[in-house]
Amino acid sequence: MDESLNLVLFSGTDDKLQAAAVLTAGAAALGRPVNVFLQYWALGAFRADRIQADHGLAPEAGSDGRAAVDALRAAGQASWAETLRQAKELGGVDIEACSLSMDLLRLAPSDLDPLVDGVEGITSFYLNAGDGQVIFI
Amino acid sequence: MTLQISQTLDARGLSCPMPIVKTALAIKPLRSGDLLELLATDPGSVNDVAAWSRSTGNPIVEQSVDGGVYRFVLRRK
Repeated sequence: MDESLNLVLFSGTDDKLQAAAVLTAGAAALGRPVNVFLQYWALGAFRADRIQADHGLAPEAGSDGRAAVDALRAAGQASWAETLRQAKELGGVDIEACSLSMDLLRLAPSDLDPLVDGVEGITSFYLNAGDGQVIFI
Repeated sequence: MTLQISQTLDARGLSCPMPIVKTALAIKPLRSGDLLELLATDPGSVNDVAAWSRSTGNPIVEQSVDGGVYRFVLRRK
C-alpha cells in the first residue's frame, strides 16, 4: 500500500486533531506516506508555546463528550501531539504549514513546534499528494 | 516446544492506534526471523494486528486471549 494519504487539517480542537493523528499514525504503521497540511486553527494549535495547551473540543462534544475525552486521557491515551511524534518516528510523515495561514496568524517558522517540517503553499501540497486521497478535517 | 521470543512489547492499556504504532516501531530494528511478542488490551487489536500483519508481510505465528489480554507473536519478515 504505497498510495499516499493527504490530510488537510483546518480545525484546531483537540478531538479533531486526535482523530487526524490516529489516521496519520495508522497509515504510517502500514508504510503509507502521509502528507499533512496545516491550515487556520489547526496551524494555531501547532504553535510551540501552545501545543500542550487545552484546545477545547468541537461543539457537538457537549459536556458528556468532554467527560468521555477526559476519562480516556486519564486512562493513559497519548495526546495528539505525542501520537504524531510517534507516527513521525515510523517515517514517511511530512507535516507542512500552509503559507497563507502563517500570514493570517502572523506566525514565523520559528514559532512552530518541531513536529512541523516546513511551510508550503497549496500547489506544493497538491503536487506531493499526486493521485492520493485528500481528506479535510 | 516454546517459541524463542526476541522482544516483548507491553501495549496493555493503550488505545488505538498505539498498539500498532508501537509494534511497527518495535519490529523495525529486529532481524529477519526474530519474534516479537505483543500484549494488548484494545479489543480492536485483534483485527488491527491481522490487517497490519497482512499488509506489511510480518506473519502472526501465535495468537491467544486470556482475561482481556490479547497476545500475539509476530515474526519479523
